Amino acid sequence: MSDFVRRTTRLERPIGSRLGRLDIELTERCDNDCIHCCINLPAGDREARARELTTAQVEGILDQAAELGCLQVRYTGGEPLLRPDFEELYLHARRLGIKVLIFTNARRITPELADLLARVPPLVTAEVTVYGMHAESYEAVSRVPGSYSQFRRGVDLLLDRGVPFVVKGALLPANRGEVEEFEAWAATIPWMDKPPSYAMTFDLRNRRDDERKNELIRSLRLPPDEAVAMLTRRPEEYRREMTEFAGRFMGPQGDVLFACGAGHGVSVDAYGRAQPCMGVRAPELTVDLIRACAAGGADGGGATLAAALEAFAALRELRATNPEYLRRCARCFLKGLCEQCPAKSWAEHGRLDTPVEYLCAVAHAQARWLGWLGADEYAWEVVDWRARVT
Amino acid sequence: MTSEVTLQTVCVPSEDVVAREIEGEIIIVPLVAGIGDADDELYTLNETGKAIWDRLDGQRSLAAVAAEVAGEFDAPPAAIEADVLGFAAEMAQRGILTAGA
Repeated sequence: MSDFVRRTTRLERPIGSRLGRLDIELTERCDNDCIHCCINLPAGDREARARELTTAQVEGILDQAAELGCLQVRYTGGEPLLRPDFEELYLHARRLGIKVLIFTNARRITPELADLLARVPPLVTAEVTVYGMHAESYEAVSRVPGSYSQFRRGVDLLLDRGVPFVVKGALLPANRGEVEEFEAWAATIPWMDKPPSYAMTFDLRNRRDDERKNELIRSLRLPPDEAVAMLTRRPEEYRREMTEFAGRFMGPQGDVLFACGAGHGVSVDAYGRAQPCMGVRAPELTVDLIRACAAGGADGGGATLAAALEAFAALRELRATNPEYLRRCARCFLKGLCEQCPAKSWAEHGRLDTPVEYLCAVAHAQARWLGWLGADEYAWEVVDWRARVT
Repeated sequence: MTSEVTLQTVCVPSEDVVAREIEGEIIIVPLVAGIGDADDELYTLNETGKAIWDRLDGQRSLAAVAAEVAGEFDAPPAAIEADVLGFAAEMAQRGILTAGA
């Protein structure tokens, strides 16, 4: 390579880029009906489909993103491949010089799409979620007969065309006995450079739209001690990673609500509402990119992506007021290890600053396994936490 | 392709890449497979590379490009010509530039 050119693979946040991350949820509809899903609507939901962003609207958002220096978009859902215009949207992003991360169940990977992804590569490794290693287990989760064979066919097409992808699991009762089989298969995928990750502390319905489904999701969550057993299957590796992580990211964060990356990127839902992240759907925190709104419009329509970014940057100033949060979460050194965040709080409780007991229990179980906490201690009571995590 | 690039060659960015300028930086994003050595490779240019790239418009010869760049950087023309040739040859070999007559 000459002195004039530098090769790089990590430019999601290039120098000067104003928009470091863009996620677009192309649809909430999915061809699976997974028992644990926090967002999916039926594939044939006409009302949802009618409300979805049009092709031109998605392309307009991508155009704005390119102007803001965005180098990567994540297409997710629902199942993004349900969109009949997926290829068009994919190519639009790629022709703008934007890399495309695809989250999919792979069921709708056709030979034609696999050929396209081979010819015009997404430049980011796609991510395929796996719900089981056999039709019985997979379809006990997806609740769609025939979905397993379609998933396998899709994955085989990606392999055959050399389209890079990794797999990740959703750990559920029907497939918990298949972990070793799943990991052995995953290790044969050329782009898997580490064991697959798992979802196991499932989010409640992001839109707080289905309490019956929430009851089901709660029942599917791995109990905290079993979650720890799963996380610590490679104990030395886990301990090393957590110790390193603790030194960099852990510690009480006071009453600051958004201590994460919110405000550095934009997530756009299927209907054109910009959110600080894919999980934050509290209406008061979202910005409508399509219809006129207070954040300032573009061409008489909704707000611009730039306006949404500005609005989200202000979230860093938001403070918790819930006394229970202030007593516990604000003083808890497990912040970072714990998945508690405004999005999860809102999904569980309808407000941004309420402790999520399940997540608290999982974090405490991890900390006890690591020896950072005694059996009867709570992390918010510990003063000398730095000494414990080193 | 490399051997075809001379100072008389006229080059233009290939349609197989997308060149983006973000806050003054040129970032070259492959559009089709086979440009980079890895699946997810992008390219950035340094100041001199950008000065060369900005002049590869399908009109100027590499000799003309070199003369302009030498003027801009107040550098010996012969050295700049060698740099421009090396740059263009490498980029053409990777399919990032199309080398014409």
